[in-house]
Amino acid sequence: MKTCRLLSFSLFLTSMMLMSGCLSPQPKDDLFKQLGSLAGIERFVDIFIREIGESKEVRPYFEDTNLDRFREKQIEHICLLSGGPCTYTGDSIVESHKGMGVNEADFNALVDTAIRAMNKAGYSVATRNRLLARIAPLRGEVMEVK
Amino acid sequence: MRIRHTVILFFLGSLLSYIFAAPCYSNGKLLATAGTSTIEGSGGGGMVPWAMLSGYGTKDETVSSLYSTHINLSDFTMWSYGAAVSYHDRVELSASQQTIQGKENADPISMNTFGTKVRLYGDAVYSQWPQVSIGIQYKNVLDTDAANSLEAKKNSGTDVYFSATKIWLDGLLHRNTLFNITLRNSDANQLGLLGFGGDNHHRRWLWESSAAVLINRHWAVGAEYRMKPSNLSAVKEDDWKGTFIAYFPSKQLSITFSYLQLGDVAGQRDQKGPYLSLQGAF
Ligand code: HEM
Repeated sequence: MKTCRLLSFSLFLTSMMLMSGCLSPQPKDDLFKQLGSLAGIERFVDIFIREIGESKEVRPYFEDTNLDRFREKQIEHICLLSGGPCTYTGDSIVESHKGMGVNEADFNALVDTAIRAMNKAGYSVATRNRLLARIAPLRGEVMEVK
Repeated sequence: MRIRHTVILFFLGSLLSYIFAAPCYSNGKLLATAGTSTIEGSGGGGMVPWAMLSGYGTKDETVSSLYSTHINLSDFTMWSYGAAVSYHDRVELSASQQTIQGKENADPISMNTFGTKVRLYGDAVYSQWPQVSIGIQYKNVLDTDAANSLEAKKNSGTDVYFSATKIWLDGLLHRNTLFNITLRNSDANQLGLLGFGGDNHHRRWLWESSAAVLINRHWAVGAEYRMKPSNLSAVKEDDWKGTFIAYFPSKQLSITFSYLQLGDVAGQRDQKGPYLSLQGAF
């Protein structure tokens, strides 16, 4: 009895895990479209930059940043990450964050800023999570270089 | 008396967390990814400890948390409250008290639990492999009559557990999805409230698991399972199961509603009922 229940529970959990991979209603790379294509991404990045300006934790990092360049490179990068037809012409992620000394708390503060901006851009929870999941693996490249 | 005590702590906890939250709150993790406090005081779900330490602290931060939990079973009420401190996302120390009281017979049984958890590897959200922690819970029963009369071997005991937890940002239905497995070495009867060891079994490894999905930034739903030992031939002990919905209004506060199915408890059959827990972190 006990084993049977244990088994069925683990089966339930396993199937949940498996489903997380294949239940996705959209094909893998329509994220670019979900973000509103290039125009949508431009709008999001504008909101994102405004949110950065309002964040006590994150703003100081950007004091000397050329925001026109930052905007352009962000748009290209997000376009690329989301499977859109763009070429990224900026510096490598490692290169552009070298020496900033971004710690865990500030990294998460920027992620929270991005989430707020995605919210304001009207993106759904699913779209927000999909974009976040593609940005998250780059965390090591932003933080490890001190 | 004790019930009032819990209620006061409940409100004190949330009050404190609000007062202290604003100036020095910790920003370390994504909202809701730190979980809440288990009934044994360690950070985790409702009944299963997770690899994450309680609170949202990062490697540069120290976070304290308070919790209070109340469970209304068919023939018993159970409650628990405690505090935990997490240092630099590495070590968690917790102290808590658990009490069970029959609705008919009025003698409550209380126990104290002191826990330590050490993060061994990873970050549940960002590392490729699950976050892994090892934990120890030292427990001792204060009211030993039940444990003695059921012929438990000891009145105090130590649990050792390993937890592995992974959170996928783009998981089930594109929601943040958590999966946890805990392996616990224990000889505790009903957490330890009925003593430790017995005539049926001794120490052994037990399997526990949690799965949760964050519907959005503030709400999570999930299920938990905890294998139980059944060491005493006098009273059967069943595996615990629960489904929960948790609300995270901010990084300082979480409220968890759960429905528990605990099976046979201390000779009473088929115990189930609601669980309410409140946690404040600051
Ligand atoms: C995985 C997360 C991140 C990604 C994908 C990312 C991406 C980028 C990109 C594409 C650029 C433009 C590079 C260029 O101009 O060639 C950039 C620049 C910048 N990023 Fe990030 N970034 C991340 C995290 C962070 C964090 C956490 C901070 C600080 C809290 C930060 C601060 C900056 C600053 C200040 C610049 C401008 C540098 C300059 O002035 O040249 N970034 N980032």
